[in-house]
Amino acid sequence: MKLKTFARGGVHPPENKISAGKPIQVLPPPPEVIIPVSQHLGAPSTVVVSRGDKVKTGQVIARSEGFVSTNIHSSVTGKVMKIDQFMDSSGYRRMAVQIQAEDDEWMDEIDLSEDLVKHTVLSPEDIRKKILQAGIVGLGGATFPTHVKLTVPRGKKAEWLVINGVECEPYLTADHSLMMEQGEELVTGIRIMMKGLEVDQAIIGIENNKPDAIRRMQELTEGLPIKVQGLKVKYPQGGEKQLIQALFKREVPPGGLPVDVGVVVFNVGTVFAVYEAVQKNKPLIDRVVTVTGKSLSDPSNFRVRIGTPVSLLVDKAGGLPEDTAKVVNGGPMMGKALSTLDVPVVKGTSGIVLIREPEAHRKEVLPCIRCTRCVGVCPMGLEPYLLMSLAEKNLFEQLEQERILDCIECGSCSYICPSSRPLLDYVRFGKAEVGKMIRARKAV
Amino acid sequence: MSQIIIITILTLAGIGTVAAVILYFVAQKFKVYEDPRIDLVEEALPAANCGGCGFAGCRNFAENLVKSENWDNLYCPVGGNETMARVAGILGREAVEQAPRVAVVRCYGTPEHHPRTTRYEGAHTCAIAHSLYTGEGSCPHGCLGLGDCVESCNFDAIHMNPETGLPEVIDEKCTACGACVEACPRDIIELRKKNKKDRKIFVSCINEEKGAVAKKNCAVACIGCSKCFKVCPYDAITMNNNLAFIDSDKCKLCRKCVTECPTNAIHEINFPPRKTEVTRKAEAEETN
Amino acid sequence: MITNISPMKKLVVSPSPHEFTGESVSRLMYGVIISLLPALGVSVFYFGLGMIIITSVSILSCFLFEYLIQKYIMKVRPTHLDGSAIITGLLLAFCLPANLPFWMVIIGALAAVGIGKLTFGGLGNNIFNPALVGRVFLFISFPVAMTSWPEPGQWFQYTDAVTGATPLGMLKEASGTAPAAEVLTQVPSTINLFLGKMKGSAGEVSALALLIGMIYMLYRRIITWHIPVSILVTVFLFTGILWMANPERFADPVFHLLTGGLMLGAIYMATDYVTSPMTKKGMLIYGAGIGIVTVLIRLFGAYPEGVQFAILIFNGFTPLLNKYLKPVRFGKEVVHG
Repeated sequence: MKLKTFARGGVHPPENKISAGKPIQVLPPPPEVIIPVSQHLGAPSTVVVSRGDKVKTGQVIARSEGFVSTNIHSSVTGKVMKIDQFMDSSGYRRMAVQIQAEDDEWMDEIDLSEDLVKHTVLSPEDIRKKILQAGIVGLGGATFPTHVKLTVPRGKKAEWLVINGVECEPYLTADHSLMMEQGEELVTGIRIMMKGLEVDQAIIGIENNKPDAIRRMQELTEGLPIKVQGLKVKYPQGGEKQLIQALFKREVPPGGLPVDVGVVVFNVGTVFAVYEAVQKNKPLIDRVVTVTGKSLSDPSNFRVRIGTPVSLLVDKAGGLPEDTAKVVNGGPMMGKALSTLDVPVVKGTSGIVLIREPEAHRKEVLPCIRCTRCVGVCPMGLEPYLLMSLAEKNLFEQLEQERILDCIECGSCSYICPSSRPLLDYVRFGKAEVGKMIRARKAV
Repeated sequence: MSQIIIITILTLAGIGTVAAVILYFVAQKFKVYEDPRIDLVEEALPAANCGGCGFAGCRNFAENLVKSENWDNLYCPVGGNETMARVAGILGREAVEQAPRVAVVRCYGTPEHHPRTTRYEGAHTCAIAHSLYTGEGSCPHGCLGLGDCVESCNFDAIHMNPETGLPEVIDEKCTACGACVEACPRDIIELRKKNKKDRKIFVSCINEEKGAVAKKNCAVACIGCSKCFKVCPYDAITMNNNLAFIDSDKCKLCRKCVTECPTNAIHEINFPPRKTEVTRKAEAEETN
Repeated sequence: MITNISPMKKLVVSPSPHEFTGESVSRLMYGVIISLLPALGVSVFYFGLGMIIITSVSILSCFLFEYLIQKYIMKVRPTHLDGSAIITGLLLAFCLPANLPFWMVIIGALAAVGIGKLTFGGLGNNIFNPALVGRVFLFISFPVAMTSWPEPGQWFQYTDAVTGATPLGMLKEASGTAPAAEVLTQVPSTINLFLGKMKGSAGEVSALALLIGMIYMLYRRIITWHIPVSILVTVFLFTGILWMANPERFADPVFHLLTGGLMLGAIYMATDYVTSPMTKKGMLIYGAGIGIVTVLIRLFGAYPEGVQFAILIFNGFTPLLNKYLKPVRFGKEVVHG
C-alpha cells in the first residue's frame, strides 16, 4: 500500500514503543476512586449524589449541564465519602466525588458478557442519545463530548468518518493494543458511528510502525465500506488537521472544524467505548492506559477504572524507579507533567510516561540564532521564533495577525530548537492573552 | 581647485536655503493647533511615562487633564498631591488630593513556611508558571517568585529576595503606579494607604482555601478563623471566602489583630518592639 | 530558583514538550568549524607561516575580545565558548591576505566582534555578518595592505612574502586597456583556480576544499542548499549571458565562479544563520540578489571583487524579506483531493 503523510513540517522523535505487543491487563477496581466532575471540554457536570450515598458500578453520579457536556458515572460499587476539591492532573484542586469501593456490582442494564454483538437497529438520533447517556468523550486526549461531534451543525455536511489509529506520540501503545485485541468490536463500533453520523464511508488511518495493526484492520474490514490507509511515521500525524490533510489533501480552514471539509475524526478508543455503550449498555467507566518509561521494570497496557490513582498504576507496572525525575500524563510531546502521583486517571488519560534523570531536565536557554528549524517543522506554517519574541514583549495585536491562534500546541518547535528556547511556553501564553483580548473586543 | 570649492559651497547653500523655505511654509500650512496649556501641564508632570495614571504617557495625561471637566479619575500617583496641586494652579482649577499609597506584597510563603515539593523548569515568568500549576509549593495563591513584578517596575522599587523567594518593596522608591499589581498573575500585590513612618498592618495572605487545607499548604496562611475580625475595635476587618482583609483606610494601627492571629498571618511593619513580661521586669529593676 | 530544604526527591514540572532533539548551538558551531578544516589545510599548504600566524591571531583575538567586552563592558555572562567567536575569527582570517601584519588582524577582529556583533547585542541580534564587517573595515582602512596578495608556495615568509594582484584584480586593472581574453592567458589555468593555486586571500583560493566543506555541512544538516546554489547559479547565468554576448570584454562564467571570494562568501558567509532570511523563498531571493550585485560590482564597479559588499547589502535586506515573505499558512487554501 502506498503510504501517505501530511505535507508541511513535522519531526521524528524516537518512537520508544517499549510496551508494544503487551496484552491489555484488566486491573481490578481500586480500593478508592476520585472522580472529577470535569473530565471533558465544555460545562462541568452537576453532581446528583450526596455524601453517604451507596452507588453501583455504572451508576450516574453527575449529569450533563447544557449541550456541550456529558454524564459521569461511578466506576466502582461503594459509598460516596466526600464531594470536595481534590488535586487533579491540571495541577490545581478541582471538584470531584470520592467513592470508597466495597464491591463490584454493575447496574442491571449492563451486558457483561464477552460476546460480540454485531447489529444495531437504533436510529442515528437514538445512537447519539445513548452516547450522551454513556458519558462518552474523545479518548484521544481532547475529551470533546462525542455526541456533540456526531451532531453535524445545520448547513454543513459530513462525507467521511475518519478513525484515528495513528498514535503518533512516542511511548503510547494503548490504541495499538486495542486494534490488535478488540478489532471486531472496533469494526462494529465504526459501523455504529457511521450510522450515527449518517455517512456511508469510513477510513482508518494507522501509522506504519504498526504493520500488524494495519493488516488486522484490513482483514476485518474486507468487503465493508471501511478503508484502511497506512501513514508514514511523522509527528504530529495524529493531529486531526494533519490526518485530514494526509488522507484527503483537504485543509481545515483557520478557526474552522473538520466538518467544514466534510470529515469527522474519532480516536480508536472512543470507537471502542461507543461499541460498549450502544451494544452493551456500558457507560464510560474504564479505558486503556499505557504505563511506560525506560527505567520501569514492567511497562504495560492496563484497562483501568476511571478515578484510579496514578500511583497504583505505577506500582502495578513495577514500582516507581529510583531515577524518575518527571511523570507525564499523556505522551512526551503534548502531555502534562504531574506534580504528584496522587491524582486520578480520568477519561482523557491515554498514558503515564516516567522520564528519568538527565532527560527530564530542560537545558539552558540561549538566544535565538535564527537557524529557521522551528519554521521548518511547524505543521501549521507559523513562525514560532517570532511568536515567542512578540509574546515576550506583550504585542498581542501583532500576535493575532501572525495567526497564533492556529497553533495546535504539538511542541515540534520546542523539540527542535538548538538553543532550547521555551517556544511553546510563550506561544501558549500568547494564545491565552490574544483570546482574552478578542473576548474583550467582542464584549464592547 | 578654488572654483570647484566656490561652486560646491554655493550649490549646497542654495539647496539648503530652498529646503529651509519650503519646510517653513509646509510647517505653517500643516500646523496642528494645540492648546498651549498642554505643554505647561506636561512640564509639571514627573515625565516618568509609567502609565500609572492609566494613560499612555505623561503627554497623553496632560491632554486629558486640560480637556476633561471631571477630574475624579485623574491622578498622578508618581507626582502625588504636590504635582496635582501644581497642575491645578496652572489650569486655575481645584486641586485633587488622594491619600498616598504604597505597594504591599501580601504573601509570606517562604520555603520554610510553604515547602517546595516540585522543581519548575518552564519559561521563567510567573504568568506561564501560574497557568501550568500551583507552583513549586501546593498553595494555588502563593507567590511564584519568578519576578514578573520586578520586571514591570519602572522605578527600581521592588526586588526579589533570593533567600525567601519573595519580592520586597522599597517604600521610598515606590510611586504606587500599579504596574506590579497588574503584572502579578495571582493578585498578591495590593496598593494600600501609606502611613507615617511607613508603618503597615496587613494580612500577608490571599488564599481562599478552607482553614485545614490552607494550613496544610503553608504554616503562616490565613485560616479564616475570624479572631482578628472579632477583636478589631474599628471595624476595619472583613471576612470573605475564608480570608481576612484589613481595610488600610479604616485601620488605626492599634495592632490588636496582630497578637490575636494564631498563624501569624498578620504582619506589623516598622513598629517598635513590644514590651514583653521579661523586658518590663528588666525595666522595673533598672529604675529601682 | 530557591533551594529546597526538604530532603525528599522533587518531581520536575515544566510545560510540554518533554522531549528534545539532541542538537545544540555548540554542536552546530563546531560542525561548521570541522567543515572549514579542509580549506584551512589547503591554505596552510599554499601560504605557510603567514597563514598560520594570521589564523591564530584572528581566532585568539576574536575569542578574547568577546570574553573581555562581554565581561567588563557589557557586564553580561561571557559566551565565548559557544563556538561562534571562533568561527568569526576563522572566517575573518580566510578573507585576509596571508601577509597582513598581525596588528591589523587584531584591529579587524575588534571590528568584527566588537562592532559587527556585540554592539547589536551579541549572538542572534546582529544584522550584518561580523567577519565581513571586520574585513570591510580593514579593506577601507588599509587599502594597500589589503590588496597585496602573496604568491602561493612561500612557506616561511610572512610579511616579506612576494605579492601581486589576484586574477580578478588583474582583470579589473586591465579592463579598458586589454581585452579580457588576453588577460586570461596570464592568470592560472582553470584547474589551478579550482585547486586554489593562485594569489588571493587564504580562504578564497581553493574552491575544491570549500565545496568539500559544503558537502559536509549539507550532510550534517547545518545548512540547506538554497543560499549557496542560488548565489552560484545566478553568478553563472549572469556572467554566462554577458560572456556569450561579448567574449572579448568579459571573462567566462567558470572563471568567475572560481576566483575571488565568491565560493567562500556563498558557502560560509551568506549562509550565516543570524543574518540570512528565515524562509526558503526568502533565501532564494537573497541568494539571487547577492549574485547579481556581486557581478555588477565585478564587471562595472570600481572594485575587482564585489561579494563582500553584496552580502552586507543583502544582510540589510533580510529583515524586509522576513517581514514580507511568510511561510504558507495551513488552511489558507482549501484543496479538495
